[in-house]
Amino acid sequence: MRSLLKRTLQCTLKPEIRRSYLSPALTIATSHDSEHLFSLMNCRPGSLITDETALTKYNQDWTKKYKGDSSIVVRPQSTEEVSKILKYCNQKSIGVVPQAGSTGLCGGSVPISNEIILSVECLNNIEYFDSMSGILGAQAGCILQDLQDYTATRDHLVPIDLGAKGTCQIGGNVSTNAGGSYYYRYGSLRGNVLGLEVVLANGEVLNLGYNPSHLKDNTGYDLKALFIGAEGTLGIVTKVAILCPRLQKSKCAAFLACQNFEQVIKALEMAKSHLGEILAAFEFMDDEVLGVVKEKVPLPILEMYPYCVLVETHGSDEEHDLAKIEKYLSSAMEEDIVLDGVLAQSLSQVQDFWKVRESCNPCVAEKGFVYKYDVSLPVHDFPLFVSEIRSNMPPERPVRVFNYGHVIDGNLHCNIVELGNFERDHELSKTVEELVLDAVIRRRGSISAEHGLGQYKHIHLPKIRDAATLSCMYATKQQFDPKGILNPGKYLPPQTVPS
Amino acid sequence: MKILVGVKRVVDYAVKVRVQNNTVDLKNIKMSLNPFCEIAIEEAVRLKEQKVADEVVAMTIGPKQATETLRTALAMGADRAIHITTDLRTDYMELQPFAVSQIFQKIVEEENSDLVLLGKQGIDSDCGQTGPMLAGLLGWPQVTFAANIETDGKSMTVERETDSGTETIKISQLPAVVTCDLRLNEPRYATLPNIMKAKKKKVDTRAAEDMGIDLAPRNQVLEVYEPPPRKEGIMVENMDELIDKLKNEAGVIA
Repeated sequence: MRSLLKRTLQCTLKPEIRRSYLSPALTIATSHDSEHLFSLMNCRPGSLITDETALTKYNQDWTKKYKGDSSIVVRPQSTEEVSKILKYCNQKSIGVVPQAGSTGLCGGSVPISNEIILSVECLNNIEYFDSMSGILGAQAGCILQDLQDYTATRDHLVPIDLGAKGTCQIGGNVSTNAGGSYYYRYGSLRGNVLGLEVVLANGEVLNLGYNPSHLKDNTGYDLKALFIGAEGTLGIVTKVAILCPRLQKSKCAAFLACQNFEQVIKALEMAKSHLGEILAAFEFMDDEVLGVVKEKVPLPILEMYPYCVLVETHGSDEEHDLAKIEKYLSSAMEEDIVLDGVLAQSLSQVQDFWKVRESCNPCVAEKGFVYKYDVSLPVHDFPLFVSEIRSNMPPERPVRVFNYGHVIDGNLHCNIVELGNFERDHELSKTVEELVLDAVIRRRGSISAEHGLGQYKHIHLPKIRDAATLSCMYATKQQFDPKGILNPGKYLPPQTVPS
Repeated sequence: MKILVGVKRVVDYAVKVRVQNNTVDLKNIKMSLNPFCEIAIEEAVRLKEQKVADEVVAMTIGPKQATETLRTALAMGADRAIHITTDLRTDYMELQPFAVSQIFQKIVEEENSDLVLLGKQGIDSDCGQTGPMLAGLLGWPQVTFAANIETDGKSMTVERETDSGTETIKISQLPAVVTCDLRLNEPRYATLPNIMKAKKKKVDTRAAEDMGIDLAPRNQVLEVYEPPPRKEGIMVENMDELIDKLKNEAGVIA
């Protein structure tokens, strides 16, 4: 085992090797298989996609960095159909890529080669909502924003919120343990997901606290926890029971400007102490990223400052919340922690502030190929980390480092782009990768705070997990998916050395 | 030039209202400055910054909480504010444009305003009547749906939005009443320093009931209901099915 891992560590990643990472034990699906899969879905029109043009959207992810070669997409409409499909694929050793909204940032949702794609988009019913407990039961293909709209009319809210809310689906959110902007306030999906229905590789359906679902239930190993964040490699999530808190009566937001990162940290500490229980989100953006965002979206603060912060509060009493906010803001200004800022006077203005923050990702992507990093670091280390990256970029090339993220969670989104170059540059990629990973690991940070592993970051797992832990992870995979048909080539690095 | 700007406290534009007991349910609902009034304040403040106007007074008619609306206007740059207090509903259910315009008339005469800027309509009542009624009561020229205003403080040229295009109107002599439309400007955000300054600005309070105006509604609201839910669209599988549905269900082709 140890020598195998050592050899894996030494291999360098070249794009053409990716395809042979898939197990030679897997078979490529044929037209006979697609006909059979079609019959498993009662030959329902639209449930099977084999047309090349229609396949494009499924074969490519949002970032357009990862492109698969699948010739078959199945779109089951029920757990039963998912079960039949997986049972068949397991028997035939056909690789399956579970796909929800495909908004992930590590290529976890698209095939590496010609695995078939199982899209959960047709599993889009909201099944139940109990307003007393706040438990929402929904199928995996429900779009996050639809769930947010549904719960809002019932005085509740879904505990996660992401920029991709209009496209991402709850099954995908759960399978990637999505974080988002309200993580600090409402907690992780690991705490909020009370139950799951999953289908294993062999077609078995497990009801892991989905129906009935309870706020508290200590009866047996918490198997559902394994599937949260497993990126579809242990089973396909078909239903989610999630705990929704009460919808805030009062939502306020401020967009603030700081001279340096120490001030950002002080503003954060002050926010925690002054705003207390009403603090819901605290995001930061640096002037590099704001500089590209302002080309597309007007900034609330006209002057450019080194850092801007978006603070949002959720409370049950607007007068009370505004009083706390005004005290916080006047103290922050008096102590020169915040140099300038605006306070939203309406919900539309709150949405305007978020538009700026949510435009960071797409606006950076328009500048060139993004070497995207999502790291957890001690907050005080952010500036040194960034300057280390910047100072090691080739000076003769237009490489820019854009930084923003959930500073309240110690989560930095560091995006490195060579302006105008939309192709991955392998030399630069290697330099950047080694630099960033080394800088993060040295600071005992996480190399993937919330984006997950997918088909991109998994190769680094041996650097950060000890052999015993990795061994247990492989054993878990073996237990749930012995043939390795679910999302092959992703999440766990290959155990065999490629030829 | 002294400008009086009407600012209305309405249900926040982003809120989805609910109808309860034959009326819009205002319990616990987020209220904000009417977007068209926000545009009116912005225009007034710009005129002051251009040194065409020397004072901007914001006025609102509403309950105790309406002072928040005035604070927004003051934070945007108004110099002082007038709060006409009333507990009557201002979303057309109780207080209606005829009474509102009479209140404005009285204040305009007391203030000796040279220009009245109003939003073209409240997003709650959607009447668009206060501006024209006020101009009628005062005997002043009026331009509604202003998309551009140019003035030297004595005369004014206004570009006005109509369904068939833009109309340019010249007011040769102020005072006048102008109502503001969407394209007129992009309102500024309330900055922290200005929010602090606004706290020190003067707000005069007066009860609507003490003004000697008949506040009773002229029209009776018979019914309030939500629009029927939009019927869900259906996906068709192929061209034949589409033609069949267009022919036999929608009846739009022979």
